Amino acid sequence: MIHWNSFSDFIAMGGYGLYVWGSFGATALIMAIEPIVVMRNRSSTIARLKRQIRAENRNTSE
Amino acid sequence: MKDRFNLYRFASPAVFYPLAGALIPYFVAVSVVFGLAGLYLGMLVAPTDFQQGEGYRIIFIHVPASWMSMFIYLVMAFWAAIGLAFNTRLSGMMAQALAPTGALMAFLSLWTGALWGKPMWGAWWVWDARLTSELILLFLYIGYMALTAAIDDQRRADKAGGLLLLVGVVNVPIIYFSVKWWNTLHQGSSVNLAKSSMATTMLWGMLLMAMCFWMYSIAMALMRVRTIMLERERHTDWVKNLLLSGDEK
Repeated sequence: MIHWNSFSDFIAMGGYGLYVWGSFGATALIMAIEPIVVMRNRSSTIARLKRQIRAENRNTSE
Repeated sequence: MKDRFNLYRFASPAVFYPLAGALIPYFVAVSVVFGLAGLYLGMLVAPTDFQQGEGYRIIFIHVPASWMSMFIYLVMAFWAAIGLAFNTRLSGMMAQALAPTGALMAFLSLWTGALWGKPMWGAWWVWDARLTSELILLFLYIGYMALTAAIDDQRRADKAGGLLLLVGVVNVPIIYFSVKWWNTLHQGSSVNLAKSSMATTMLWGMLLMAMCFWMYSIAMALMRVRTIMLERERHTDWVKNLLLSGDEK
């Protein structure tokens, strides 16, 4: 069922290792970094908006 | 009783926000499952290609990324049309949330294409119809993001961005049919409805990876659109109540 005879065969990709792993590596990197950037942006936006709303509430209650 | 199920209700950010939040974990989970199944079939089971050896395995990323780069653009253009026609709040937010993921998909399509072109054609890049139109797609994404970010008035930014999206949408069929319309170095489509030129395991590996990329893109867009909603609706009561009670999750 498994196509490869050994792990080194799998890594070598029949001589195309650089191109195949270069493609999969870049994709893995992007799909790992994008969610982190989105989540960090989200928590910083929420923190900033909370500060703004609290500041507004203080100003109006004075 | 008559309002039990009203689709238009979801066009309201206050209703869409918690729904999107509840759906994100499912899209992530389904994406991971499709991804693992696709990688297993594509990288471990699928046979060697008789022409391209093991180098063809780039297809399992290249085709899903290229499909998503075109599809996300079409979805953005759809929201732009809705926004320009009906002036709905949600449409501009949707387009803005999709753009970065679409741009990344276009970049991945070009990057994996370069890494595929080098061993097969002997060149990282050629000014061929397929490659050039995909590069224009990447520029359209970047142009849309730059344009909407440069305009302070949010409604005008959405209008200008929407117009750019609608004008640029002609590029999508050009990309898709470029291999038929022009004599290009790029190979024709590997999948069509009548018959596929691929082995079954290759085809299934590719379709599973495409589903993985699709679900991933939805998850990213939903995560982004929720932040955009809070930002844009910060003066409304529902956002203020949400943030003050700490229920923004």
